[in-house]
Amino acid sequence: MDEPIIKIRNLHTSYGKRKILKGIDLDVYPYETLVILGRSGCGKSTLLRHIVGLNQPDEGEIIVKGVNIVTASEDEKNEVLKKIGMLFQSGALFNSMTVGENVALPLLEHTPQDENIIKIMTRMKLGMVGLSGFEDFMPSQLSGGMKKRAALARAISMDPDILFCDEPSAGLDPIVAVGIDQLILNLQSAMRMTTVVVTHEMASVFIIADRICLLHEGEIKFLGTKEEMKQSNDPYVVQFLERRADEEHLDPDKYLHELVGEP
Amino acid sequence: MSLKITSKVENQTALLSIAGEVDMCSSPEARKEIAALVKKEIPRIVIDLSGVGYMDSSGVATLIEGLQMCNKYDGKLVVAGLRDNVREVFELTKLDKIFEIYEDAEAALTE
Ligand SMILES: Nc1ncnc2c1ncn2[C@@H]1O[C@H](COP(=O)(O)OP(=O)(O)OP(=O)(O)O)[C@@H](O)[C@H]1O
Ligand SMILES: [Mg+2]
Repeated sequence: MDEPIIKIRNLHTSYGKRKILKGIDLDVYPYETLVILGRSGCGKSTLLRHIVGLNQPDEGEIIVKGVNIVTASEDEKNEVLKKIGMLFQSGALFNSMTVGENVALPLLEHTPQDENIIKIMTRMKLGMVGLSGFEDFMPSQLSGGMKKRAALARAISMDPDILFCDEPSAGLDPIVAVGIDQLILNLQSAMRMTTVVVTHEMASVFIIADRICLLHEGEIKFLGTKEEMKQSNDPYVVQFLERRADEEHLDPDKYLHELVGEP
Repeated sequence: MSLKITSKVENQTALLSIAGEVDMCSSPEARKEIAALVKKEIPRIVIDLSGVGYMDSSGVATLIEGLQMCNKYDGKLVVAGLRDNVREVFELTKLDKIFEIYEDAEAALTE
């Protein structure tokens, strides 16, 4: 097997006093698509934010392409991050800029490229996400799915070799969502990227994942292929796959006490 | 990282040989050389990419711009000697549809 392109060891993180990730060990291999699953609030976005160096952990190592992001100097870190694309959960296009300007922004900021070349590159990326001809549109003029595509075009503007997508299809109708998943897959193979995708959509998972990482309360509950996941006997994995709602296991007495605030 | 670029003009034809990795940092060097030939309105420009092991989208965009500038004076810009992964980049961006692509520089020059 290849050397991992991302190596995470003993990662502990917290917001204030609240511990979020409690000792994550995870390897991501070149050109694979790793899907991160888990309930809302379990720390998926937090994990991505640490890998791309936006947050500083309490403890642990995050080695991306041989560089420990946790201890690297700003310059070293930026050098690695230049080749990393991130599609944020919120999409995060700048609403005051056109679609084209949004895609061009990283290129203007981080490369010595001439404006004319950047224009051509921007059109190429918009073409790759199926948005040819939309460069002069404002984000507010796009549908939800188109906004995601535009944000994806921006995420790949620097030809990243690792692409992170945080819930790329959340909030989209199922058909549009499948289109986005398919697009991520196509881009991944065409641009030979390693891809890490956070999603809630089980349908997506089975389309795009090479491997799946299931997070639960800040720990990895399961890591393996789709087939391995389906065969797992771990009660939490089984429950997650069956998407049983918590409510079914609800203890009525306990719930009443919670609501009225009595022990 | 920088590119190794040689350029020679003979009988109305320029041969521009590029070697190295054409990426966001280095592609402006190639652009400068192409611009110099275009400025002289050389009728036929052959870009030999056999020494290019990697090309990112800035390299591709640079070639597209060159082609467009060349078309403006009815010149011709062709590429030759694409290695496999560079050829893939061309196909991905459908450039194989807009560029004339030759096996090697010799084939492009004798055309
Ligand atoms: N900036 C922050 N400050 C304080 N707490 C935070 C912050 N961001 C997230 N949290 C908390 O950390 C926990 C993990 O959040 P995170 O956003 O990583 O979850 P998630 O798994 O991505 O959830 P979702 O599926 O809803 O996006 C949550 O309990 C959240 O309330
Ligand atoms: Mg999240």
